Order: sequence, then structure tokens, then C-alpha cells
Amino acid sequence: MADTRSRWPPRWSQVLLWGMGLALVLALPSLVSPFRLNLLGRYLSLAIVALGIDLIWGYTGLLSLGQGIFFALGGYGAAMHLQLNCHSCSRAAGGLPEFFGLYGVQQLPWFWEPFHSPWFTLVAIWLAPALVAGLLGFLVFRNRIKGVYFSILTQAALLVFFNFFNGQQKLINGTNGLKTDLTRLLGMMVGSDAMQRNLFWLTALLALLTWLLCRRLVVGGRFGHALLAIRDDEARLRCLGYNPTPFKTMVFALAGGLAGISGALYTVQSGIVSPQFMAAPFSIEMVIWVAVGGRGTLWGAMAGALVINMAKSLVSEAWPQTWLFIQGGLFLLVVTTLQGGVVGWFQEGGPRRLLARLGWRTRLSTYPALELETGPEGED
Amino acid sequence: MPTPGPGSPLLELAGVSVSFDGFLALKNLNLQLAAGELRAVIGPNGAGKTTFLDVITGKVRPQAGDVYFRGRSLLGRNEHQIARLGVGRKFQSPRVFEQLSVQENLALAVSTPKTPMGLLRRHLTGAQRQRIHHLLEVINLAPRAHHRAGSLSHGQKQWLEIGMLVVQAPRLLLVDEPVAGLSDAETERTADLLRSLAGDHTVLVIEHDMEFIRRLQTRVTVLHQGQVLCEGSMDQVQTDPRVVEVYLGAGQEEQP
Amino acid sequence: MTLLLESLFNGAAIGSVLLIAALGLAIVFGLMGVINLAHGELMMLGAYTTYVVQSFFKLPLLEPLFGGYIFVAVVVAFLVSGLVGLLLERSVIRRLYGRPLETLLATWGVSLILQQFVRTVPLAWSTGLWLAAMVALAGPLVGNRLWGLRQRPWLLRLGSWVVAAAVGVAAAGWIRGAMPKLARASARNVDVTAPRWLRGGLDLGDWTLPIPRLVIIGLTILAVVAVYWFLNRSLWGLRIRAVTQNRTMSDCLGIPTQTVDALTFGVGSGLAGVAGVAVSLLGSVGPNVGGDYIVGCFMVVVLGGVGNLWGAVVASAGIGVLTDVIGAGRLLEVWPQMPARLQQGVEFFATTSMARVLVFALIVLVLQVRPAGLFPQRGRMAEV
Repeated sequence: MADTRSRWPPRWSQVLLWGMGLALVLALPSLVSPFRLNLLGRYLSLAIVALGIDLIWGYTGLLSLGQGIFFALGGYGAAMHLQLNCHSCSRAAGGLPEFFGLYGVQQLPWFWEPFHSPWFTLVAIWLAPALVAGLLGFLVFRNRIKGVYFSILTQAALLVFFNFFNGQQKLINGTNGLKTDLTRLLGMMVGSDAMQRNLFWLTALLALLTWLLCRRLVVGGRFGHALLAIRDDEARLRCLGYNPTPFKTMVFALAGGLAGISGALYTVQSGIVSPQFMAAPFSIEMVIWVAVGGRGTLWGAMAGALVINMAKSLVSEAWPQTWLFIQGGLFLLVVTTLQGGVVGWFQEGGPRRLLARLGWRTRLSTYPALELETGPEGED
Repeated sequence: MPTPGPGSPLLELAGVSVSFDGFLALKNLNLQLAAGELRAVIGPNGAGKTTFLDVITGKVRPQAGDVYFRGRSLLGRNEHQIARLGVGRKFQSPRVFEQLSVQENLALAVSTPKTPMGLLRRHLTGAQRQRIHHLLEVINLAPRAHHRAGSLSHGQKQWLEIGMLVVQAPRLLLVDEPVAGLSDAETERTADLLRSLAGDHTVLVIEHDMEFIRRLQTRVTVLHQGQVLCEGSMDQVQTDPRVVEVYLGAGQEEQP
Repeated sequence: MTLLLESLFNGAAIGSVLLIAALGLAIVFGLMGVINLAHGELMMLGAYTTYVVQSFFKLPLLEPLFGGYIFVAVVVAFLVSGLVGLLLERSVIRRLYGRPLETLLATWGVSLILQQFVRTVPLAWSTGLWLAAMVALAGPLVGNRLWGLRQRPWLLRLGSWVVAAAVGVAAAGWIRGAMPKLARASARNVDVTAPRWLRGGLDLGDWTLPIPRLVIIGLTILAVVAVYWFLNRSLWGLRIRAVTQNRTMSDCLGIPTQTVDALTFGVGSGLAGVAGVAVSLLGSVGPNVGGDYIVGCFMVVVLGGVGNLWGAVVASAGIGVLTDVIGAGRLLEVWPQMPARLQQGVEFFATTSMARVLVFALIVLVLQVRPAGLFPQRGRMAEV
């Protein structure tokens, strides 16, 4: 593969592109209504969970249908901290968050205690899901459970967590979830426009940082190559002396951590976290964002999450009945014809083929150089 | 249990039996390989050649018997552990990582330690780079170092896999059908390469191509129905009436 | 003793629903390696079919036979879900053999479409559509017997389509008039009225067995026997097993592998329809009814060992009994003096949803010890 690592000094076109992106993110709050900005911020946070799915599915070949677990865990972490630090909210006896009063709970459950601390929360938001994912992954990968069995098991795990959170009113308010809108963070109400604007910027920043992190991990380095090798021929890699289990566990934990960050950001922007975050359809939906955007390209996955969610909200506003049809159709389309997703389609010369099929034969000026074959996994 | 030392075998299979659903793929197989030896294993289809490699590399667990490598039993160890002990394998049909470039394939093979953190340290050592560079020349793929392995021809993939095997620096090289689908010139070069590796390494070659085996000028073991039928030089083996009956007799008729 | 029997019966009741739901999946997943996430929605179609059939039997003409509608519903539900499965196989699944993860995504898409379909299309029209499809499929078979039509295939094909469309539209129109409840689409759940003999319970001394549960257990046993007979004793079953073992070889032997694929998937889907009838007896029927069962079904199949019918039977019975034991807190009844700590733990899990949590967690643990399920398929079958 040709050297795809970023160069220094960067090319002018790149500087321009990044500059425009930055300006857009900074200016967006004054360009669109707070409602739209909030939606955009949510979808941007979903792009982070998509990044993790791309890492485990697109690069390592593990299709998880249970990312909702880690997404929700991150969300619950953030919401628990906010509920505890809500000075203006109405309180149950003993200063507990209000919902505890409904069930007659007198004492704060033990696992709530550390969430008084903002620092603990900041770490727990990604570390807790990552640890859960790592443990789950280790148990599964150690036994060489892979392919569809892995997918089914992750879905079962999702159901376990969903039922657990749904049934435990006294611990985490069960099916009602935890609201964050009226809580305060750094002296501002979380649901206020100003705070939401800041959260949008924070989300954009974190999306960029997580993207850079993943890029560094998987693009161009031997670690990323080992992941691709696991995806394509695990048995062969074993015979080279590699044990795939730590690789898979690590990547799965990383994806879990990313899901946690994503869930926390999503929660504070949507104003609530509930067991619905762990509903089976939502986790499968996440997969389709990645599939449509293009698995195996990081920014394709992120763009997929953004674009599909925006399309979903626009279509649902105009024709509420049709979205599920469209979404179902997208699944079929991606699986049967558009396997590389949109980005993959472009990289494989899809537009040229489409034109050719429509009768627009674009003649190649020279015999195609063999250099064209170098990796579609390279990102520009 | 044999102890490692001068003269003791590098690899020893002692009474190994493997059955698949009652079908005995290996029957009480005994075989020894001395350090530095180059050994060819031949046998008709279904003789258990590939199963025999599967047992050594840990993919298949034998029902009976034991496998010793440098005096240590390999039973109960995983594929990667066995590989790290110094057993490398080239598969029958070339299995390279097609999405990676030639150089990246070799880099994965040469890397140490083979752990996530080991790989995340971004750079190979100078010596490792040197080895890759050298191997690229040896397997004639230097001009294609940055091409995807998937774009190589069948023969080139065979060579790439042999290259991966060699840069992995194992003590024992298990080479399954290295010249299937290669041209005559390539076959010759492969034989020379394997011969040059013997001595520093121990090499076990499984092949159908008799001309190739002859060119290796080495001891030959004939497998038949999961057992060692006979052992000796190519000439001895070829004149052995049992071998002629089960294998070479049929083989010679086919040859033009 | 009564406690044990009660637990066994409840376990059998829970397990039989799981098993009948998982039976079709065991075939489709076990024999074809297809992950059919739309299986739950095929069940949902079966449940709605029961509702439609039941509405027919409420018409004055069929009213006297109302008690027997359930048997008609079983057959029709098999045909409805089987037909949808057949179309699904021909249009989508066929392209995806050997790529199980892709079938998983594709069938999920199909399940979304099916769910939204029953929300937006009135049952009257759906019924008409199904009738039309059946006529279009059966038309050529009937028409081929008429010499005049056999000579002109194009006319035959055109004729069947025209007749089919006419039948469909007419049926839909008539149903709209005759059964106003089916005339409008609704996302709301509907309730199937069970015939009188299906309600109530069977008294055994101080203990009552609910009849619907008994019927479901009976239906499940029937279905398992039928599937066993079909796969192991019938010609097509033999062909299906042959294709499962070696597709290329079967092809060479002249087995129509494509037909076998379609048939296998169709039968698996049809069984989902039958399961749908069972489900409709237990509660109200809605577009989401399938989603409640799908993961449980997969657990049964994976736990039992993929491709193993008896494994599925044992696994579902085990899950059923375990769910009952945990969910009803039976340990407390057996051992009332257990330490307070333990008692708290048992009570913690003694709800339906928490029992599920524990059972699934246990399954995941069992799979740690036996990754290929309780009764793994031996031999050199290709890994899915």
C-alpha cells in the first residue's frame, strides 16, 4: 500500500477542507434552529458508536448486535451523575433523586455512590462499557465462537441487559429511564439552548478525536493489518503465531468504550436514557448505518450514521408511515447490491460502471495501471 | 519422554491415531525428524498427509499417541502456541491475506512479539526490515512489494506464502504442496530454496510432484492409509514393491 | 409431588411455545445456514391469519363450525407464512447462501417491511393479495390439464395472472363489506376469540390445567413428529438432507437443489405460521408479536446444537422448566427455611423478566462449556 499517513506539511487542499469543516461546525449553531442543532448533535454522537461497529465488523469481521448495551451503559453513567448533582430538582426523602421516592427507596444503591464524582463519571462513561465488552468478548472469543454465533450471543446479551434494566425500578427507575433535561452541569441547565450548543461542539470534537484514534489504530499499521487478517483468515493467522483472542477482545472493548461515549453524549442531548436504548431493533439499526456508509472505511461509517439518521428524521416528519419500508429496503439493498456501502461503491469505480451501464462509455485513456489495485482500505 | 540434546529428534510422532467419525485418518503413526533434516512425505490421496500436518500444528487433536517437538509434548497446545515454539506451516492451497500488500503479509509474519501491544509499537526493527527486504528478493516479489496479495498470480501466492514461512523464522518448516500450479522453472527454484533452508532449519515437504521430490535429493517417507509404508531415498522407495503397488505404479502410468 | 408436576407442566407449556416457534428456525438455520430474523414476523403473519380465519368463521354461514376454526387456521397459517417464505427465498435469500451474516441483515430488513406492512395495509387487502398469489401459483397447474391452454403457455400465464388479480380484488372487496373490522389498517393489537372448548381449564383434583396450554403442547408434539417424519421418512426430506450434506454431489445426482432450497425454506417458514396460531391463543396479536420470540428461538437452536432436532426439543424443555422454576420462585416453596440472603436472591429473580435475564445468562455460560451446544453435530460438517 502506498503511504497513506498524513504528511507534513499538509497539502493546501487538505488545509482548506479541514478549515471549512471547522468553520461549519463553529457556525452551525447560528445557522440552524436549536431544534435542528440538537438533532445534528445527537446524530453526530451516533457516528461515534458507528465508528466502533466499523472497527469490529468492518475491520475484524465481528458483527455485534449488542452495541446498545454499551451505548446505554454510557448513557446511564452520565444520567446518574447528573441526577445526583441536580440541585434544583425536586428530591425524594434523604436527598435522593426524585424517582426513588416512588418506590419507597430510602438509601442510595451502592453503585450510585461513586457517580457523585464528576471525574469518576468521566472515566466510567467509557471504561465501564469497555470492561463489560472486554469481559463478554473474552468469554466468547476464547471459545472461538464467531460468525453468526457471536451475533446471536450478543443479541442474547442485549436482551439480558434490557430485561434487567427494564425490571429494576428500585435501582435505576426501570422502564421510565433517567431524565437529564432539568439537571445542571457546570452551572447550566443541561436542556438549555446554550448548553446544547456547547454539547454539540463537544460532540463534534469527540467525534474528531475518536476518529483520529481509530485511524491511528487501524490504518497503515500492523495492528490494523492483523485485524484484517483475523477477518479474512483467522486460522492462517494462528499458524503465524498470533493468538486472535486478545486482538478481538481489545477491539471489542474499544468499540464498547466508543459506544459508551456515544451513549453519554446522546443521553445529554436527547434528555433521557431508558432501557429502550437497549432494544434489539436499535442495535441492529446501528449496523445498517455502517453498512450503508461503507464498512471498512472509518469516515464512511460515521457519514452513514449521520446521513441515515438525518434522512430518518426528515422522512418521518413528512411521511411517518414510510420510514420502516425505506429502512428495510436499505438492508436489502446493502446486502444484495451495495456490499461495500456508498463509500465502497465510489472507491470501486461504481459511478463509472453505472454510467457505462446507462450507455455513457467513458473511454480509458491508457491501459489501467496496476497501481489502481492498491488498497481500498486506504483512506484519503 | 525423549530429552532434547544432540542426536535426539527435533520432531517425533509416537503412535498417533486420529479418527473422524470412525474413519481412521492416521493409524498408529510413528515418525521422527532429526534437526536440520529435509524430509519429503508422499502418499496417495487420502493417505492422511494433511491430517498429519494438522496434528503437528495443533488443529486436530489425536485420539491416541503423542507429538514431541524438541522433547516437549505438543498435545493440548493451541495453534499459536505451537507456532511460537517454532513450527511454521505453509498450507496446501496458498493462504495469504489478500487484502494486504505483499510487504504487509511478510511484516505480519516477521513481527515479534505477536501481541496487540507488540504490533502497536509502530516500527519493525532494522533487522526485521532487512529480512523482509531480503526475502522479497529471494521470492522474486520485490517489484510487487506494495501490491495487494490478492492481485498476485497463483504461483506468486505460493511463493509469498513460502516467504512468510521463512521470515517467521521457525525451526521446523511444514510445507504442504509448495509447487502445485508452478511452472517448471519456478518448481526448480523452489526445490533449490528448500534445499538451501535445510541445515539451519528442519524442513518437511509434502508433495505430489515426483520430479520435484527427486530434485530435493533427500529421504522420503511414504504414507499410506494413515501409516508409514516405507522410508528411504527416492530410488529405494521407488523400487519398493509395496510403494509401486499403492502409489507409484499408478503414478507412473499417468506420467507421459 | 404436585409441585414437581406443576413445575413440569408449566415448563412444558413455556417450552412448547418456544419449541414450536424454534422448529422452523431449526430447519432454516440448521439445514441451510440461513439466519432468518424475519422468522418472528412470519409467526406474526400466522397469528394474524388466525385472526382473519376466525373472522370468517364468525360469518353467519360458518358460525356453526366456529369451534373448529383453529384447525383451518393451522393449515391456512402454514400456507400463508410458507408462501411468504417461498417468495423471500426466491427473491432474496437465494443470492445469499453461504453468507450467513448477510442473510441476517437482509431478513432483518424483511422483518421491518413485514411489520410496517401489517400496520399500513388493511387485512382485507392482505387476504386478497394472498389469495391472488395462491391462484397465480395454482393457475398453471390447473390450466395445464386443459389441452387448449397447454398449447399456448403465454395465454395460460396471462390467464392465471388476470384470474388471480380478479380473485384478489373481488375477495378484498367482499371482505371489506362483510367484515368491517378487517377493512382498515391499524397498528393496534387485535384479539383472537378462542372457541368455547378452548377456554377454561381441565380440572384434576385441586389443580387446573389451562386448555390452551394443553392444545399448544399437543400442537407442538404433532409438529415435531411431522417434521421428523418429513425429514427422515419422506423422499423430499431425503433430498433436503442430501443437499445439506453435499450440495455439489446432490446436484450431480440430479436432485433439483434450487427446488430443495425453496422447499426447505418454505417449510421452515410455514412452521413459523403454525407457531403463530399457537401464539395467538396466548395473548393479543400485534405487529411486534414476533420480536418477543425471535431471540428465544435462536437460543433454543444454538443451545440444542445447530441442525439437531432432538437437541432443540431438549433445549426448549430445559429452558421452559428453568424459566418456571426461577420465575415463580419455586425454590422458596421447596425450601421455605432457606437463609435470608439466598431468599433475597431467589426473590430478586422471581419475575418474568428477571427469570429471562438469569436463564439467558445461564445459556451464555453453558455455551462457554459447550460452544457447539448441548448436542453438537458430529462429523466434518462445514462450519456456518
